Amino acid sequence: MMDSNTLLSAISIVTAGLTVMVGSVAPALGEGKAVVAALDAIARQPEAASTISRTLFVGMAMVESTAIYCLVVALVLLFANPFLG
Amino acid sequence: MNPLFELAFWGVLIPDTVFVTIAVTLLLTGLAALASRRLKSHGLSRWQTVVELYCGWIRGTIRDVFGEDPTPYVPLIGTLVLFIGFCNLLSVLPMVRPPTADLNTALALALVVMAAVPFYGIRRHGLWGYLRTYVRPHPLLLPLNLLGEVTRTLALAVRLFGNVMSGQMIGAIMVLVAGALVPVPLMILGVLTGLIQAYIFGVLAAVFIAAAVQVDVRRHKEVHDG
Repeated sequence: MMDSNTLLSAISIVTAGLTVMVGSVAPALGEGKAVVAALDAIARQPEAASTISRTLFVGMAMVESTAIYCLVVALVLLFANPFLG
Repeated sequence: MNPLFELAFWGVLIPDTVFVTIAVTLLLTGLAALASRRLKSHGLSRWQTVVELYCGWIRGTIRDVFGEDPTPYVPLIGTLVLFIGFCNLLSVLPMVRPPTADLNTALALALVVMAAVPFYGIRRHGLWGYLRTYVRPHPLLLPLNLLGEVTRTLALAVRLFGNVMSGQMIGAIMVLVAGALVPVPLMILGVLTGLIQAYIFGVLAAVFIAAAVQVDVRRHKEVHDG
């Protein structure tokens, strides 16, 4: 029989893993799409490469920040869980 | 987190972030003062070349975002990028935690950007003109506009904090699991990520300020054209 703290820790660990899993798969797909579109555009218009890559960097950081949010949530669950006594 | 730089006064714990931030501020201010002491137009010294390269790069980047004279925005955004970039580079030093790996620093920097947006907006359009941008598409969207102001500031802070902190933490875990030299490639990646994040922070600050400054200009033009 587990006490409530152990149960809560186990659920938190599993949830943290799930958070990072879902939260890294989705941004990875989105970033892949963004890179494909940018490479397409650069292949079509090599003279616009600098503008496109700058916009790509900013956009990728925006997409990636969703993954970072998931990481922060997972780390809060693991190391700063407010519900664990 | 790092006991080397921690101090406790009467039970109030002053974390290492404060000392590292003050040290970085003094260092960068001193370097800037030294570098700009003897500026001349012929026979550039090495320092002046570096300063002019950086300023020119910042000006070009901001001009690309704004599409107008970048002079009023260069001091704020240039300082933000320089400070954040330098702080992120500190992650390669042992025993020093970069100040931006602390959520408080990242939030403070994001709050600076949040305060700069109405500053530049009011300077351009006046108080009434700036406040009108909050009800611009429709007054029903006022709560969403206000909410967006808060959430984008929070997102700016958490993005910077999460990137730098995760780099630090991955390095620490790698040392713990594998050994001394294993995290070196990850640290090199961390240097790249840190510099890109500093650039992103500056560009996003410029984009936010541009959105507040240019909102009426564009609308005005549409009305005139149409």
